[in-house]
Amino acid sequence: MTDTVIQVRDLVKVYSLGEVEVQALRSVSLLIGRGEFVAIMGASGSGKSTFMNILGFLDRPTSGQYLLEGMSGEKLSMDELAEIRNRKIGFVFQGFNLLSRTSALENVELPLVYAGAPTSKRKEMAQMALAEVNLKGREHHHPSQLSGGEQQRVAIARALVNQPSIILADEPTGNLDSKTSVEIMGVFQRLNGEKGITIIMITHEPDIAAFAKRNILFKDGRIVDDHPNSTPTAAVPGGGVR
Amino acid sequence: MTRLFASLRIALRALMVNKMRSALTMLGIIIGVSAVIAMIAVGSGAKKRIAEQIASMGSNLLIVMSGSSTSGGLRFGMGTVPTLTVEDAKAIQVEIPGVKYVAPNLGGVAQVIFGNQNWSTIVNGTTPEVLDIREWPLASGRSFTQQDVDGAAKVCLVGKTVAENLFGGSDPTGQIIRIKNVPFTVLGVLAPKGQSTWGQDQDDIIFVPLRTAQKRLFGMQFPGMVKQIAVQAREPELMKDVENQINDLLRQRHRIQPAQDNDFTVRNLTEVMASAEQSANVMSLLLGAIASISLIVGGIGIMNIMLVSVTERTREIGIRIAVGAKGNDILLQFLIESLVLSLIGGIMGIGVGVVGTIVLAAFTQWPTLFSMQAILLAFLFSGSVGVFFGFYPARKASLLNPIEALRYE
Repeated sequence: MTDTVIQVRDLVKVYSLGEVEVQALRSVSLLIGRGEFVAIMGASGSGKSTFMNILGFLDRPTSGQYLLEGMSGEKLSMDELAEIRNRKIGFVFQGFNLLSRTSALENVELPLVYAGAPTSKRKEMAQMALAEVNLKGREHHHPSQLSGGEQQRVAIARALVNQPSIILADEPTGNLDSKTSVEIMGVFQRLNGEKGITIIMITHEPDIAAFAKRNILFKDGRIVDDHPNSTPTAAVPGGGVR
Repeated sequence: MTRLFASLRIALRALMVNKMRSALTMLGIIIGVSAVIAMIAVGSGAKKRIAEQIASMGSNLLIVMSGSSTSGGLRFGMGTVPTLTVEDAKAIQVEIPGVKYVAPNLGGVAQVIFGNQNWSTIVNGTTPEVLDIREWPLASGRSFTQQDVDGAAKVCLVGKTVAENLFGGSDPTGQIIRIKNVPFTVLGVLAPKGQSTWGQDQDDIIFVPLRTAQKRLFGMQFPGMVKQIAVQAREPELMKDVENQINDLLRQRHRIQPAQDNDFTVRNLTEVMASAEQSANVMSLLLGAIASISLIVGGIGIMNIMLVSVTERTREIGIRIAVGAKGNDILLQFLIESLVLSLIGGIMGIGVGVVGTIVLAAFTQWPTLFSMQAILLAFLFSGSVGVFFGFYPARKASLLNPIEALRYE
């Protein structure tokens, strides 16, 4: 874990809602190395979502520094940020955010479309990503024909398909029952363990955070706790807790 | 290229999702384009008919009419006193170099009898050149000659309407008809010419040699006189010069003092026709403009639907931006969508417009004319309507903030 992927120093984000200024982040500093599996916890309004948006280059900090693999997004245009998101970041959302009326395969292909990959290569890579999350054979199902857990796995496959540096998961189990949640955590643990993919996950459920190797707690726009989890809960493939 | 193709597929799929909505939006464009096609077809049909009528009148034509007379301060209408003579016509032919043909004529309405049939028609005494000037071929038989004119032969040419009324189906050539009780031999039948611009039947006519008309039919009062002289200029550019030279020549020949009015009038028929053509042009422009308004209204329909679509699909746009779509990708996606809407509408509109015009023409007997340019123009116009009215919604979509778009319910 010598290789630093994320380097954050004195990050501040201020929203101005009319006359009122809201300090969403007040000086956050953090280092995340390659291959980590980090859970970020905190009550709503603690600034964790704002932090995730900045990590995902969807938002810009008011001040402070954020480097993804040593690269800053500070001076980049929206289009250049889109390219970085496309190449280096995979997103997994609470509400899955799949395109309805579009097959699982095409959903997974989406980042590759914007990367400009040729059709045949897109198909091949998307199929591989779907196999990675055990959805082989369901490529042509539409989201409405899949269960919540399956939809989230399609979303994970979409996040994986461009072989990103990090996966950002915003409450990935928020819409799932506990059994399916464990299943999703199993997928994350396997990707993290076998492939060494860096995963940063927001959750407000302590038992979900327990699957991660490091837990960070946000409160009022600051990090108040940051400790490694030496004994993460192990998810047995196919559900259940060992 | 793959990106463009992918965008096209996304657009088509999005349009297929809301079939009814897409169809109704297209309907606006269909109506607009078909109206433009139909109106241009009607307008250019009218123009074409006028052009044909101009050709049937004879090109580069000037008519010299014997003028008004003044008697004790009363001024009478044109042609009341024949002031033109055959010699005037000859002088015009000889002295004005820009003149190609000259045909003096003297005519009037007369009763014509053949067997037990009779018919009232216009009888025109003229010279053989009249057929050249008016580009009027014969359907059968032969024309009369200059010898016939000089010898005041009792021969004639009949128009199609006259032939039909007097002879029914049989061939008039060689038959004897009586005009004002004078027997005339029919030498030939004129080819049909149809209506003139002002709705007169041009085929309801008989031509006889000028001398014959003067001596036997209309010439008792004013021997040697003619009513009109038809003059054909060699080139359209010479029309104005020829007109002025005729004026000068006839004033001189008629010994008209500088302060006096002409006792004749020169009419430039090309000018008359040009103004008719111009009004047809104005009409087709007006029709086209009205039709274009419906196309613009259709475009506003597209814009409206695209705005709804962008709002509805805010979340989708957010997802696309999050996974790496650039502003232009989103812009292109929605622009292609509106372009596809308008172009499909345009193609269908062309079909509806062409069929509609054919049906309209069949019912109203209006002359219509399709041109490839008009159809192409309507198609391109519909495409640019799609781009123009699709741009604002597409741009709005491309500028969405991804965080807010993802949060949108």
